Amino acid sequence: MNFSRKRMDVESVVFSGLTGVAAWLIVAILVVILANIAWFGIPGLSWNFVAGSTAKDMFNPEHAGIMPMIFGTVALVILMIIMVVPVGVITAIYLTEYAPAGSALTRFIRGAVNNLAGVPAIVFGLFGLGFFISFVGGGLDDLLYGGSAEPVWGKPAIIWAALTLATLTLPVVIVATEESLKAIPPGLREASLALGASKLETVVKIVLPQALPGILTGSILAVSRGAGEVAPILFTGAAYYMAHLPSKLTDQFMELGYHIFILSTQSPNIEQTRPILYATVLVLLLLTFALNVVAIAIRMRIRKKLRSLH
Amino acid sequence: MPEPTNALIETRDLRLYYGSTLALKGVNIDIPEKKVTAFIGPSGCGKSTLLRCYNRMNDLIDSVRIEGSIKIAGQDINSKDVDVIELRKQVGMVFQKSNPFPKSIYENVAYAPRLHGTRNKGDLDAIVEESLRGAALWDEVKDRLGSSAMGLSGGQQQRLCIARAIAIKPQILLMDEPASALDPIATARIEELVQELKTNYTIVIVTHNMQQATRISDCTAFFYLGEMVEFDSTKKIFTNPSKQQTEDYVTGRFG
Repeated sequence: MNFSRKRMDVESVVFSGLTGVAAWLIVAILVVILANIAWFGIPGLSWNFVAGSTAKDMFNPEHAGIMPMIFGTVALVILMIIMVVPVGVITAIYLTEYAPAGSALTRFIRGAVNNLAGVPAIVFGLFGLGFFISFVGGGLDDLLYGGSAEPVWGKPAIIWAALTLATLTLPVVIVATEESLKAIPPGLREASLALGASKLETVVKIVLPQALPGILTGSILAVSRGAGEVAPILFTGAAYYMAHLPSKLTDQFMELGYHIFILSTQSPNIEQTRPILYATVLVLLLLTFALNVVAIAIRMRIRKKLRSLH
Repeated sequence: MPEPTNALIETRDLRLYYGSTLALKGVNIDIPEKKVTAFIGPSGCGKSTLLRCYNRMNDLIDSVRIEGSIKIAGQDINSKDVDVIELRKQVGMVFQKSNPFPKSIYENVAYAPRLHGTRNKGDLDAIVEESLRGAALWDEVKDRLGSSAMGLSGGQQQRLCIARAIAIKPQILLMDEPASALDPIATARIEELVQELKTNYTIVIVTHNMQQATRISDCTAFFYLGEMVEFDSTKKIFTNPSKQQTEDYVTGRFG
Protein backbone atom coordinates (compact mmCIF):
# COMPACT_ATOMS: atom_id res chain seq x y z
CA MET A 1 0.00 0.00 0.00
CA ASN A 2 1.06 3.53 -0.69
CA PHE A 3 -0.70 6.55 0.72
CA SER A 4 1.66 9.22 -0.46
CA ARG A 5 0.30 12.16 -2.40
CA LYS A 6 0.42 11.70 -6.15
CA ARG A 7 -0.61 15.17 -7.30
CA MET A 8 -1.21 18.66 -6.01
CA ASP A 9 -4.82 19.23 -5.05
CA VAL A 10 -5.03 22.42 -7.14
CA GLU A 11 -8.78 22.74 -6.83
CA SER A 12 -8.86 22.96 -3.06
CA VAL A 13 -5.85 25.28 -2.88
CA VAL A 14 -7.46 27.70 -5.34
CA PHE A 15 -10.85 27.55 -3.70
CA SER A 16 -9.64 28.00 -0.15
CA GLY A 17 -7.49 30.86 -1.40
CA LEU A 18 -10.44 32.56 -3.08
CA THR A 19 -12.77 32.25 -0.09
CA GLY A 20 -10.00 33.46 2.22
CA VAL A 21 -9.34 36.51 0.06
CA ALA A 22 -13.05 37.35 0.00
CA ALA A 23 -13.29 37.10 3.77
CA TRP A 24 -10.19 39.20 4.41
CA LEU A 25 -11.35 41.78 1.88
CA ILE A 26 -14.26 42.60 4.20
CA VAL A 27 -11.86 43.06 7.10
CA ALA A 28 -9.59 45.21 4.96
CA ILE A 29 -12.46 47.49 3.88
CA LEU A 30 -13.56 47.93 7.47
CA VAL A 31 -10.03 48.68 8.64
CA VAL A 32 -9.51 51.24 5.87
CA ILE A 33 -12.76 53.03 6.69
CA LEU A 34 -12.16 53.07 10.45
CA ALA A 35 -8.50 54.02 10.13
CA ASN A 36 -9.34 56.85 7.75
CA ILE A 37 -12.04 58.24 10.05
CA ALA A 38 -9.89 57.87 13.14
CA TRP A 39 -6.84 59.41 11.48
CA PHE A 40 -8.64 62.53 10.30
CA GLY A 41 -11.26 62.60 13.03
CA ILE A 42 -9.25 62.40 16.22
CA PRO A 43 -7.39 65.74 15.69
CA GLY A 44 -10.76 67.49 15.42
CA LEU A 45 -12.02 66.12 18.72
CA SER A 46 -11.92 68.44 21.69
CA TRP A 47 -13.97 68.96 24.81
CA ASN A 48 -15.38 72.19 23.44
CA PHE A 49 -16.40 70.44 20.25
CA VAL A 50 -18.08 67.45 21.89
CA ALA A 51 -19.69 69.27 24.81
CA GLY A 52 -20.32 72.64 23.22
CA SER A 53 -23.34 73.96 21.42
CA THR A 54 -23.29 75.11 17.84
CA ALA A 55 -24.70 78.58 18.30
CA LYS A 56 -22.16 80.69 16.47
CA ASP A 57 -21.04 78.94 13.32
CA MET A 58 -21.54 75.22 12.84
CA PHE A 59 -19.08 75.07 9.94
CA ASN A 60 -16.17 76.69 11.73
CA PRO A 61 -13.96 74.46 13.90
CA GLU A 62 -13.30 77.40 16.20
CA HIS A 63 -16.96 77.73 17.16
CA ALA A 64 -18.67 74.45 16.31
CA GLY A 65 -20.01 72.08 18.94
CA ILE A 66 -22.11 68.95 18.55
CA MET A 67 -23.55 68.36 22.01
CA PRO A 68 -27.12 69.12 20.82
CA MET A 69 -26.73 66.56 18.02
CA ILE A 70 -25.40 63.92 20.42
CA PHE A 71 -28.30 64.65 22.75
CA GLY A 72 -30.80 64.49 19.89
CA THR A 73 -29.40 61.21 18.58
CA VAL A 74 -29.44 59.54 21.99
CA ALA A 75 -32.94 60.81 22.76
CA LEU A 76 -34.16 59.64 19.36
CA VAL A 77 -32.69 56.17 19.76
CA ILE A 78 -34.06 55.75 23.30
CA LEU A 79 -37.53 56.84 22.18
CA MET A 80 -37.33 54.49 19.22
CA ILE A 81 -36.38 51.55 21.44
CA ILE A 82 -39.24 52.31 23.84
CA MET A 83 -41.64 52.19 20.89
CA VAL A 84 -40.24 49.35 18.81
CA VAL A 85 -39.47 46.74 21.47
CA PRO A 86 -42.98 46.28 22.92
CA VAL A 87 -44.62 46.17 19.48
CA GLY A 88 -41.96 43.87 18.04
CA VAL A 89 -41.99 41.51 21.00
CA ILE A 90 -45.78 41.31 21.09
CA THR A 91 -45.87 40.60 17.35
CA ALA A 92 -43.28 37.84 17.73
CA ILE A 93 -45.23 36.35 20.64
CA TYR A 94 -48.37 36.33 18.54
CA LEU A 95 -46.59 34.66 15.62
CA THR A 96 -44.90 31.91 17.65
CA GLU A 97 -47.27 31.36 20.57
CA TYR A 98 -50.77 32.20 19.39
CA ALA A 99 -51.16 32.18 15.63
CA PRO A 100 -51.85 28.73 14.20
CA ALA A 101 -48.53 27.42 12.88
CA GLY A 102 -48.15 27.53 9.11
CA SER A 103 -51.57 29.11 8.51
CA ALA A 104 -52.18 31.53 5.66
CA LEU A 105 -52.46 34.39 8.15
CA THR A 106 -49.06 33.81 9.75
CA ARG A 107 -47.44 33.34 6.36
CA PHE A 108 -49.00 36.63 5.28
CA ILE A 109 -47.74 38.44 8.40
CA ARG A 110 -44.25 36.94 8.03
CA GLY A 111 -44.19 37.99 4.39
CA ALA A 112 -45.22 41.50 5.40
CA VAL A 113 -42.43 41.61 8.01
CA ASN A 114 -39.83 40.48 5.47
CA ASN A 115 -41.04 43.00 2.90
CA LEU A 116 -41.02 45.75 5.50
CA ALA A 117 -37.34 44.96 6.04
CA GLY A 118 -36.70 45.52 2.34
CA VAL A 119 -38.36 48.93 2.01
CA PRO A 120 -35.83 51.74 1.34
CA ALA A 121 -35.29 54.13 4.23
CA ILE A 122 -36.40 57.20 2.29
CA VAL A 123 -39.79 55.55 1.74
CA PHE A 124 -40.13 55.21 5.50
CA GLY A 125 -39.35 58.91 5.76
CA LEU A 126 -42.13 59.81 3.35
CA PHE A 127 -44.46 57.37 5.06
CA GLY A 128 -43.71 59.02 8.41
CA LEU A 129 -44.45 62.43 6.94
CA GLY A 130 -47.71 61.31 5.39
CA PHE A 131 -48.98 58.98 8.08
CA PHE A 132 -47.57 60.07 11.42
CA ILE A 133 -47.35 63.83 10.88
CA SER A 134 -50.22 64.61 8.52
CA PHE A 135 -52.65 61.88 9.45
CA VAL A 136 -51.98 61.06 13.12
CA GLY A 137 -50.52 64.42 14.17
CA GLY A 138 -52.97 66.45 12.10
CA GLY A 139 -55.80 64.31 13.40
CA LEU A 140 -54.68 64.92 16.98
CA ASP A 141 -54.61 68.66 16.37
CA ASP A 142 -58.13 68.59 14.96
CA LEU A 143 -59.30 66.51 17.87
CA LEU A 144 -57.59 68.44 20.67
CA TYR A 145 -57.53 72.00 19.36
CA GLY A 146 -60.25 71.94 16.72
CA GLY A 147 -57.74 72.61 13.95
CA SER A 148 -56.54 75.97 15.26
CA ALA A 149 -54.00 77.89 13.20
CA GLU A 150 -50.79 76.71 14.90
CA PRO A 151 -50.20 72.95 14.60
CA VAL A 152 -48.92 71.31 17.80
CA TRP A 153 -48.73 67.65 16.79
CA GLY A 154 -49.10 67.94 13.04
CA LYS A 155 -45.53 69.06 12.37
CA PRO A 156 -42.11 67.38 12.36
CA ALA A 157 -41.16 66.33 15.90
CA ILE A 158 -38.91 63.90 17.72
CA ILE A 159 -41.84 61.61 18.52
CA TRP A 160 -42.72 61.18 14.84
CA ALA A 161 -39.08 60.69 13.87
CA ALA A 162 -38.73 58.03 16.59
CA LEU A 163 -41.94 56.34 15.44
CA THR A 164 -40.75 56.34 11.84
CA LEU A 165 -37.42 54.81 12.88
CA ALA A 166 -39.32 52.29 15.00
CA THR A 167 -41.28 51.22 11.92
CA LEU A 168 -38.02 50.80 10.05
CA THR A 169 -36.41 48.67 12.77
CA LEU A 170 -39.53 46.68 13.63
CA PRO A 171 -38.65 43.65 11.44
CA VAL A 172 -35.27 43.34 13.16
CA VAL A 173 -36.86 43.12 16.60
CA ILE A 174 -39.62 40.76 15.43
CA VAL A 175 -37.23 38.33 13.74
CA ALA A 176 -34.71 38.26 16.62
CA THR A 177 -37.44 37.75 19.22
CA GLU A 178 -39.13 35.07 17.13
CA GLU A 179 -35.87 33.15 16.78
CA SER A 180 -35.32 33.18 20.53
CA LEU A 181 -38.92 32.11 21.22
CA LYS A 182 -38.60 29.22 18.78
CA ALA A 183 -35.45 28.05 20.58
CA ILE A 184 -37.33 27.49 23.86
CA PRO A 185 -38.09 23.78 24.31
CA PRO A 186 -41.81 23.05 23.78
CA GLY A 187 -41.64 20.81 26.86
CA LEU A 188 -41.43 23.89 29.09
CA ARG A 189 -44.67 25.28 27.70
CA GLU A 190 -46.36 21.90 28.05
CA ALA A 191 -45.17 21.55 31.63
CA SER A 192 -46.60 24.93 32.54
CA LEU A 193 -49.93 24.34 30.80
CA ALA A 194 -50.24 20.89 32.36
CA LEU A 195 -49.95 22.54 35.77
CA GLY A 196 -53.06 24.55 35.01
CA ALA A 197 -51.32 27.74 33.91
CA SER A 198 -53.15 29.78 31.31
CA LYS A 199 -51.50 30.54 28.00
CA LEU A 200 -50.81 34.11 29.14
CA GLU A 201 -49.26 32.96 32.43
CA THR A 202 -47.09 30.50 30.52
CA VAL A 203 -45.90 33.18 28.11
CA VAL A 204 -45.20 35.74 30.83
CA LYS A 205 -43.64 33.48 33.47
CA ILE A 206 -41.89 30.77 31.44
CA VAL A 207 -41.42 31.85 27.83
CA LEU A 208 -40.52 35.55 28.07
CA PRO A 209 -37.78 35.26 30.72
CA GLN A 210 -36.08 32.71 28.48
CA ALA A 211 -36.44 34.94 25.44
CA LEU A 212 -34.96 38.03 27.10
CA PRO A 213 -31.43 37.68 25.63
CA GLY A 214 -32.94 37.32 22.16
CA ILE A 215 -35.12 40.36 22.68
CA LEU A 216 -32.03 42.33 23.70
CA THR A 217 -30.18 41.10 20.63
CA GLY A 218 -33.06 42.46 18.57
CA SER A 219 -32.83 45.78 20.38
CA ILE A 220 -29.08 45.95 19.78
CA LEU A 221 -29.55 45.31 16.09
CA ALA A 222 -32.34 47.88 15.99
CA VAL A 223 -30.05 50.48 17.56
CA SER A 224 -27.31 49.68 15.07
CA ARG A 225 -29.72 49.89 12.17
CA GLY A 226 -31.61 52.93 13.39
CA ALA A 227 -29.00 55.19 14.96
CA GLY A 228 -27.26 56.19 11.76
CA GLU A 229 -30.29 56.49 9.47
CA VAL A 230 -30.89 59.96 8.09
CA ALA A 231 -33.54 59.46 5.43
CA PRO A 232 -36.41 58.48 7.79
CA ILE A 233 -35.92 61.52 10.04
CA LEU A 234 -35.29 64.00 7.26
CA PHE A 235 -38.95 65.01 6.92
CA THR A 236 -40.21 63.82 10.25
CA GLY A 237 -38.32 65.73 12.91
CA ALA A 238 -34.65 66.49 12.29
CA ALA A 239 -33.82 70.18 12.30
CA TYR A 240 -31.08 72.00 10.40
CA TYR A 241 -30.49 74.24 13.36
CA MET A 242 -32.13 74.74 16.74
CA ALA A 243 -31.09 77.14 19.45
CA HIS A 244 -32.40 74.94 22.24
CA LEU A 245 -32.36 71.28 23.10
CA PRO A 246 -35.66 69.47 22.54
CA SER A 247 -37.59 69.42 25.82
CA LYS A 248 -40.86 67.81 24.81
CA LEU A 249 -42.03 65.13 22.39
CA THR A 250 -43.36 67.68 19.93
CA ASP A 251 -40.03 69.50 19.61
CA GLN A 252 -37.73 69.07 16.66
CA PHE A 253 -34.14 68.03 17.28
CA MET A 254 -30.71 68.02 15.73
CA GLU A 255 -29.16 64.67 14.94
CA LEU A 256 -25.62 63.51 14.17
CA GLY A 257 -26.33 61.72 10.91
CA TYR A 258 -28.29 64.62 9.52
CA HIS A 259 -25.65 67.02 10.78
CA ILE A 260 -23.00 65.07 8.88
CA PHE A 261 -25.11 65.47 5.77
CA ILE A 262 -25.37 69.22 6.44
CA LEU A 263 -21.64 69.60 7.11
CA SER A 264 -20.73 67.77 3.93
CA THR A 265 -23.16 69.57 1.63
CA GLN A 266 -23.90 73.04 3.04
CA SER A 267 -20.53 74.34 4.17
CA PRO A 268 -19.38 77.59 2.59
CA ASN A 269 -15.76 76.54 3.17
CA ILE A 270 -15.18 72.84 2.64
CA GLU A 271 -11.51 72.83 3.61
CA GLN A 272 -12.27 74.57 6.88
CA THR A 273 -15.18 72.31 7.74
CA ARG A 274 -13.49 69.01 6.85
CA PRO A 275 -11.83 68.35 10.27
CA ILE A 276 -15.12 68.73 12.17
CA LEU A 277 -16.91 66.64 9.54
CA TYR A 278 -14.48 63.82 10.23
CA ALA A 279 -14.76 64.36 13.97
CA THR A 280 -18.57 64.27 13.79
CA VAL A 281 -18.52 60.99 11.84
CA LEU A 282 -16.15 59.57 14.44
CA VAL A 283 -18.46 60.66 17.27
CA LEU A 284 -21.47 59.06 15.54
CA LEU A 285 -19.56 55.78 15.15
CA LEU A 286 -18.38 55.87 18.76
CA LEU A 287 -21.87 56.68 19.99
CA THR A 288 -23.47 53.81 18.08
CA PHE A 289 -20.70 51.61 19.35
CA ALA A 290 -21.27 52.78 22.93
CA LEU A 291 -25.03 52.19 22.71
CA ASN A 292 -24.30 48.68 21.46
CA VAL A 293 -21.79 48.01 24.21
CA VAL A 294 -24.33 49.03 26.85
CA ALA A 295 -26.97 46.74 25.37
CA ILE A 296 -24.50 43.86 24.98
CA ALA A 297 -23.40 44.30 28.60
CA ILE A 298 -27.01 44.10 29.77
CA ARG A 299 -27.56 41.00 27.65
CA MET A 300 -24.44 39.35 29.05
CA ARG A 301 -25.66 39.96 32.59
CA ILE A 302 -29.03 38.40 31.82
CA ARG A 303 -27.42 35.47 29.99
CA LYS A 304 -25.19 34.87 32.96
CA LYS A 305 -28.15 34.94 35.29
CA LEU A 306 -30.10 32.56 33.04
CA ARG A 307 -27.12 30.27 32.61
CA SER A 308 -26.71 29.90 36.35
CA LEU A 309 -30.19 28.38 36.16
CA HIS A 310 -29.40 26.04 33.29
CA MET B 1 -62.59 -6.75 33.99
CA PRO B 2 -60.69 -6.11 37.20
CA GLU B 3 -62.41 -6.51 40.53
CA PRO B 4 -65.16 -3.89 40.80
CA THR B 5 -63.90 -0.58 42.14
CA ASN B 6 -65.01 2.98 41.70
CA ALA B 7 -64.24 3.99 38.17
CA LEU B 8 -62.85 7.50 38.35
CA ILE B 9 -62.25 7.97 34.62
CA GLU B 10 -64.86 6.59 32.26
CA THR B 11 -63.86 6.55 28.61
CA ARG B 12 -66.62 5.78 26.13
CA ASP B 13 -66.26 5.18 22.38
CA LEU B 14 -63.36 7.57 22.26
CA ARG B 15 -62.28 8.29 18.72
CA LEU B 16 -59.46 10.68 18.05
CA TYR B 17 -58.41 12.01 14.67
CA TYR B 18 -55.13 13.67 13.75
CA GLY B 19 -56.42 15.46 10.67
CA SER B 20 -57.99 12.59 8.77
CA THR B 21 -55.98 9.82 10.47
CA LEU B 22 -57.92 7.86 13.05
CA ALA B 23 -55.54 7.36 15.99
CA LEU B 24 -57.95 6.02 18.61
CA LYS B 25 -60.62 3.77 17.20
CA GLY B 26 -63.41 3.82 19.75
CA VAL B 27 -61.74 3.13 23.10
CA ASN B 28 -63.78 2.07 26.15
CA ILE B 29 -61.95 1.90 29.45
CA ASP B 30 -62.83 2.60 33.08
CA ILE B 31 -59.87 3.60 35.18
CA PRO B 32 -60.25 2.76 38.88
CA GLU B 33 -59.70 5.24 41.67
CA LYS B 34 -56.48 5.18 43.75
CA LYS B 35 -54.93 2.40 41.74
CA VAL B 36 -52.07 2.34 39.31
CA THR B 37 -53.24 1.63 35.80
CA ALA B 38 -50.60 0.87 33.19
CA PHE B 39 -51.05 1.42 29.45
CA ILE B 40 -48.83 -0.89 27.42
CA GLY B 41 -48.50 -1.57 23.70
CA PRO B 42 -46.12 -1.05 20.80
CA SER B 43 -45.12 2.45 19.71
CA GLY B 44 -47.84 4.28 17.81
CA CYS B 45 -50.66 2.25 19.38
CA GLY B 46 -52.29 5.38 20.81
CA LYS B 47 -51.57 4.91 24.50
CA SER B 48 -49.84 8.27 24.97
CA THR B 49 -52.49 9.95 22.84
CA LEU B 50 -55.18 8.54 25.12
CA LEU B 51 -53.28 9.65 28.21
CA ARG B 52 -53.11 13.18 26.86
CA CYS B 53 -56.88 13.17 26.38
CA TYR B 54 -57.36 12.99 30.14
CA ASN B 55 -55.90 16.45 30.80
CA ARG B 56 -56.80 17.75 27.35
CA MET B 57 -53.19 18.34 26.32
CA ASN B 58 -54.33 17.39 22.82
CA ASP B 59 -56.10 20.77 22.73
CA LEU B 60 -52.67 22.19 21.88
CA ILE B 61 -52.62 20.33 18.57
CA ASP B 62 -54.83 22.11 16.06
CA SER B 63 -55.55 19.11 13.87
CA VAL B 64 -56.88 16.90 16.68
CA ARG B 65 -60.60 16.13 16.73
CA ILE B 66 -62.26 14.00 19.40
CA GLU B 67 -65.51 12.02 19.40
CA GLY B 68 -67.01 10.02 22.23
CA SER B 69 -66.87 10.93 25.87
CA ILE B 70 -64.50 11.01 28.81
CA LYS B 71 -66.04 11.46 32.22
CA ILE B 72 -63.92 12.15 35.26
CA ALA B 73 -65.83 11.78 38.51
CA GLY B 74 -68.99 11.85 36.42
CA GLN B 75 -68.28 15.09 34.56
CA ASP B 76 -67.70 15.16 30.82
CA ILE B 77 -64.30 16.87 30.50
CA ASN B 78 -64.83 17.86 26.87
CA SER B 79 -68.09 19.67 27.52
CA LYS B 80 -68.24 23.41 26.94
CA ASP B 81 -68.68 24.38 30.58
CA VAL B 82 -65.45 22.66 31.66
CA ASP B 83 -62.61 25.04 32.48
CA VAL B 84 -59.50 23.31 31.19
CA ILE B 85 -57.41 25.08 33.85
CA GLU B 86 -59.56 23.58 36.62
CA LEU B 87 -59.30 20.19 34.89
CA ARG B 88 -55.51 20.35 34.76
CA LYS B 89 -55.37 21.35 38.43
CA GLN B 90 -57.07 18.05 39.19
CA VAL B 91 -55.29 15.96 36.57
CA GLY B 92 -51.53 16.40 36.82
CA MET B 93 -49.02 15.16 34.29
CA VAL B 94 -45.43 13.95 34.30
CA PHE B 95 -43.77 13.83 30.91
CA GLN B 96 -41.38 11.38 29.32
CA LYS B 97 -38.59 13.89 29.09
CA SER B 98 -38.11 15.63 32.42
CA ASN B 99 -38.87 19.29 31.86
CA PRO B 100 -38.08 21.32 34.97
CA PHE B 101 -38.29 25.07 34.49
CA PRO B 102 -34.94 26.85 34.35
CA LYS B 103 -35.63 28.23 37.79
CA SER B 104 -34.60 27.21 41.29
CA ILE B 105 -35.78 23.95 42.83
CA TYR B 106 -38.02 25.91 45.16
CA GLU B 107 -39.52 27.99 42.34
CA ASN B 108 -40.28 24.88 40.30
CA VAL B 109 -42.39 23.37 43.06
CA ALA B 110 -43.95 26.69 44.10
CA TYR B 111 -44.87 27.58 40.49
CA ALA B 112 -48.33 26.02 40.34
CA PRO B 113 -49.43 26.77 43.93
CA ARG B 114 -48.50 30.41 43.31
CA LEU B 115 -50.46 30.49 40.07
CA HIS B 116 -53.48 29.13 41.82
CA GLY B 117 -53.47 31.67 44.59
CA THR B 118 -51.08 30.65 47.38
CA ARG B 119 -49.09 33.78 48.15
CA ASN B 120 -48.12 33.36 51.79
CA LYS B 121 -44.42 32.50 52.13
CA GLY B 122 -44.99 30.16 55.06
CA ASP B 123 -47.70 28.26 53.20
CA LEU B 124 -45.50 27.98 50.12
CA ASP B 125 -42.55 26.75 52.18
CA ALA B 126 -44.78 24.07 53.67
CA ILE B 127 -46.12 23.01 50.26
CA VAL B 128 -42.62 22.85 48.79
CA GLU B 129 -41.34 20.69 51.62
CA GLU B 130 -44.39 18.42 51.60
CA SER B 131 -44.26 17.97 47.83
CA LEU B 132 -40.53 17.30 47.75
CA ARG B 133 -40.94 14.78 50.56
CA GLY B 134 -43.84 13.25 48.63
CA ALA B 135 -41.57 12.87 45.62
CA ALA B 136 -38.76 11.39 47.78
CA LEU B 137 -36.46 14.25 46.88
CA TRP B 138 -36.46 16.37 50.04
CA ASP B 139 -33.41 14.87 51.73
CA GLU B 140 -31.31 15.29 48.61
CA VAL B 141 -32.19 18.93 47.95
CA LYS B 142 -33.26 20.48 51.24
CA ASP B 143 -29.95 22.34 51.59
CA ARG B 144 -30.01 23.80 48.10
CA LEU B 145 -33.60 24.75 47.38
CA GLY B 146 -32.39 28.02 45.90
CA SER B 147 -30.07 26.45 43.37
CA SER B 148 -31.04 25.68 39.81
CA ALA B 149 -33.19 22.69 39.01
CA MET B 150 -31.08 22.16 35.91
CA GLY B 151 -28.16 21.10 38.11
CA LEU B 152 -30.00 18.00 39.30
CA SER B 153 -29.40 14.55 37.81
CA GLY B 154 -31.90 13.14 35.33
CA GLY B 155 -33.64 11.02 37.95
CA GLN B 156 -33.76 13.90 40.41
CA GLN B 157 -35.18 16.17 37.72
CA GLN B 158 -37.96 13.69 37.03
CA ARG B 159 -38.77 13.42 40.74
CA LEU B 160 -38.79 17.22 40.87
CA CYS B 161 -41.34 17.18 38.05
CA ILE B 162 -43.42 14.78 40.13
CA ALA B 163 -43.09 17.07 43.16
CA ARG B 164 -44.11 20.00 40.97
CA ALA B 165 -47.17 18.09 39.77
CA ILE B 166 -48.33 17.01 43.24
CA ALA B 167 -47.79 20.47 44.75
CA ILE B 168 -51.36 21.39 43.83
CA LYS B 169 -52.73 18.04 45.05
CA PRO B 170 -54.37 16.72 41.91
CA GLN B 171 -56.73 13.74 42.09
CA ILE B 172 -55.13 12.03 39.14
CA LEU B 173 -51.52 11.78 38.03
CA LEU B 174 -50.82 10.95 34.40
CA MET B 175 -47.32 9.65 33.72
CA ASP B 176 -46.07 9.33 30.16
CA GLU B 177 -43.14 6.89 30.27
CA PRO B 178 -41.68 8.77 33.24
CA ALA B 179 -38.66 6.50 33.61
CA SER B 180 -37.80 5.71 30.01
CA ALA B 181 -34.87 8.13 29.92
CA LEU B 182 -33.45 7.10 33.31
CA ASP B 183 -30.85 4.61 34.45
CA PRO B 184 -32.00 1.49 36.38
CA ILE B 185 -31.35 2.95 39.84
CA ALA B 186 -33.25 6.16 39.11
CA THR B 187 -36.00 4.05 37.53
CA ALA B 188 -36.30 1.96 40.67
CA ARG B 189 -36.71 5.11 42.74
CA ILE B 190 -39.48 6.38 40.46
CA GLU B 191 -41.20 2.99 40.69
CA GLU B 192 -41.03 3.01 44.48
CA LEU B 193 -42.43 6.50 44.42
CA VAL B 194 -45.37 5.46 42.25
CA GLN B 195 -46.18 2.76 44.81
CA GLU B 196 -46.19 5.34 47.60
CA LEU B 197 -48.22 7.87 45.62
CA LYS B 198 -51.07 5.52 44.84
CA THR B 199 -52.45 5.79 48.37
CA ASN B 200 -53.39 9.37 47.59
CA TYR B 201 -53.57 9.55 43.82
CA THR B 202 -55.13 7.73 40.92
CA ILE B 203 -52.20 7.03 38.63
CA VAL B 204 -52.26 6.25 34.93
CA ILE B 205 -48.84 5.37 33.57
CA VAL B 206 -47.76 4.70 30.02
CA THR B 207 -44.79 2.36 29.81
CA HIS B 208 -42.81 0.44 27.25
CA ASN B 209 -41.24 -1.63 29.95
CA MET B 210 -43.38 -4.66 30.69
CA GLN B 211 -41.46 -5.62 33.81
CA GLN B 212 -42.19 -2.15 35.05
CA ALA B 213 -45.90 -2.61 34.40
CA THR B 214 -45.92 -5.87 36.35
CA ARG B 215 -43.97 -4.35 39.23
CA ILE B 216 -45.96 -1.20 39.79
CA SER B 217 -49.47 -1.46 38.34
CA ASP B 218 -52.70 -2.91 39.63
CA CYS B 219 -54.43 -2.95 36.27
CA THR B 220 -53.02 -3.04 32.78
CA ALA B 221 -54.54 -2.11 29.45
CA PHE B 222 -52.99 -3.42 26.25
CA PHE B 223 -53.33 -1.20 23.20
CA TYR B 224 -52.70 -2.11 19.61
CA LEU B 225 -53.18 0.04 16.48
CA GLY B 226 -55.45 2.53 18.17
CA GLU B 227 -57.63 -0.03 19.87
CA MET B 228 -57.81 -1.14 23.46
CA VAL B 229 -57.35 -4.88 23.08
CA GLU B 230 -57.63 -6.00 26.67
CA PHE B 231 -57.96 -4.44 30.11
CA ASP B 232 -57.73 -6.44 33.30
CA SER B 233 -55.82 -6.86 36.48
CA THR B 234 -52.09 -6.73 35.82
CA LYS B 235 -51.70 -10.24 37.14
CA LYS B 236 -54.23 -11.62 34.69
CA ILE B 237 -52.84 -9.70 31.71
CA PHE B 238 -49.35 -11.03 32.27
CA THR B 239 -50.15 -14.58 33.35
CA ASN B 240 -53.38 -15.53 31.70
CA PRO B 241 -54.60 -13.00 29.14
CA SER B 242 -57.88 -13.66 27.34
CA LYS B 243 -56.76 -12.46 23.93
CA GLN B 244 -54.12 -14.09 21.78
CA GLN B 245 -52.74 -10.67 20.71
CA THR B 246 -52.14 -9.71 24.33
CA GLU B 247 -50.39 -12.97 25.04
CA ASP B 248 -48.16 -12.59 21.99
CA TYR B 249 -47.19 -9.10 23.09
CA VAL B 250 -46.53 -9.74 26.77
CA THR B 251 -44.53 -12.84 26.01
CA GLY B 252 -42.43 -10.86 23.54
CA ARG B 253 -43.48 -12.61 20.39
CA PHE B 254 -44.18 -9.32 18.67
CA GLY B 255 -44.07 -5.60 19.33
